[in-house]
Amino acid sequence: MSIPETATPHLLSGVRTKYDKVRGNWVLLAPERAVKLDQIGVAILEETTGSCTFGNILDALSTKYNAPREQISGDVQKFLTSLIDRRMMEVRDVSV
Amino acid sequence: MDAPQPQPTAEITYGPPIAMLAELTHRCPLSCPYCSNPLELTGREGELSTEIWIDVFRQAAELGVLQLHLSGGEPASRRDLEDLITACRAHDLYSNLITSGIGLTEKRLTGLKERGLDHVQLSLQGVDAAMADMIGGYKGGYNRKMDVAKWTTALDLPLTLNAVVHEKNIDRLPETIDMAVSMGARRLEVATVQFHGWADKNRAALMPTREQAKLCGQRVAEARERLKGVLVIDYVPADHHADYPKPCMGGWGSTGLNIVPDGRVMPCHAAHTIPHLVFENVRDTPLADIWNHSSAFNAYRGFDWMPEPCKSCDRKTRDFGGCRCQAMAIAGDAAATDPVCIKSPLHAQLQAQAEADAHADGPLTYRKMPA
Repeated sequence: MSIPETATPHLLSGVRTKYDKVRGNWVLLAPERAVKLDQIGVAILEETTGSCTFGNILDALSTKYNAPREQISGDVQKFLTSLIDRRMMEVRDVSV
Repeated sequence: MDAPQPQPTAEITYGPPIAMLAELTHRCPLSCPYCSNPLELTGREGELSTEIWIDVFRQAAELGVLQLHLSGGEPASRRDLEDLITACRAHDLYSNLITSGIGLTEKRLTGLKERGLDHVQLSLQGVDAAMADMIGGYKGGYNRKMDVAKWTTALDLPLTLNAVVHEKNIDRLPETIDMAVSMGARRLEVATVQFHGWADKNRAALMPTREQAKLCGQRVAEARERLKGVLVIDYVPADHHADYPKPCMGGWGSTGLNIVPDGRVMPCHAAHTIPHLVFENVRDTPLADIWNHSSAFNAYRGFDWMPEPCKSCDRKTRDFGGCRCQAMAIAGDAAATDPVCIKSPLHAQLQAQAEADAHADGPLTYRKMPA
């Protein structure tokens, strides 16, 4: 199941990022889970504000990192889907 | 505590702990016959003070703990739970309240959320009042739990339902899963009773049959697929019917630590059953010293301590030789291969005993606080 470009992903309540000073990296904290975030994960979550659509997120990342949209789309889709499957994120899609 | 402190060797690799289980109290209104608390329970007078707990939370955060599980007994039995949640947020620890629900009101839960509580894990003893209250030994417990579940989701706090399963309720797993979904829980833990301590006294009453355990595993696998994106299911199988041991604690002293109500620090909640281990206390020793230098934590860290058949086994990096406490209880040697493993000389005996207990029945021996 893929996320439509018009859908708006957002982190669920009780799911938050934190800079882990001891280990020197960002983590995503959720019920019973701590997910280590790499630079790409951090960059994606910075754009996932809850008011930007998936399409907006791809535009922003493409501009910011000077990378072709079609090249990053798959990775971003995969990352967000993994969070959706783990009940850390949901999407709202007003167009459906 | 002047126990000899072995120095970590190059082979021992461990980082800072990710999670800490704070057993705030052994007091609990319920008396579940499989309680993971020790047979010798600590009374109120032996518990750490609010100030010490708060300082321990600070030390834990500095050490690298990310997740703080507030447990018991029933953590809501502590009147200072509010202050402890405030301290979790002040030290930026992710707080998880592991509760039976008894002792919480809508007002109290709202207050805990305002102070920064991150997540509620609610225990479930059965899918109806008759079963749940019989197992918990507390009349009215089930109805209160249903209220707590409603308040939790209405407050938009993430909810995990923790269903402990055994011979008497394991067949009702489909209803348990439906209940978790209809409550709006995001996670369900299906945890088969682990036969230590109180549960060991109730083997005849609670040991599931091999067929029950197998069906439970199949149902979990089916539900995980069907409910992807709806409900996350974590599963602790019936290890006495398995061929390989569980990766207990993800490896001894590797990722987590446990503080018991009187302040002693242990690698797992049953570690006190290993008689030669000496546990330091947060009243006397800084938490970082305990994590890094405690002889109890270093005893089974890494792989150097392993005898055969674990030492040369290619599964050792996956299951770490299983559960030290189970090895102690059944083999009489905490360094032995977990008798659950097919490579253990005690495997056949363990399975035969599990089979016998599964087909036996007996009265429930409930957990009791000392008079």
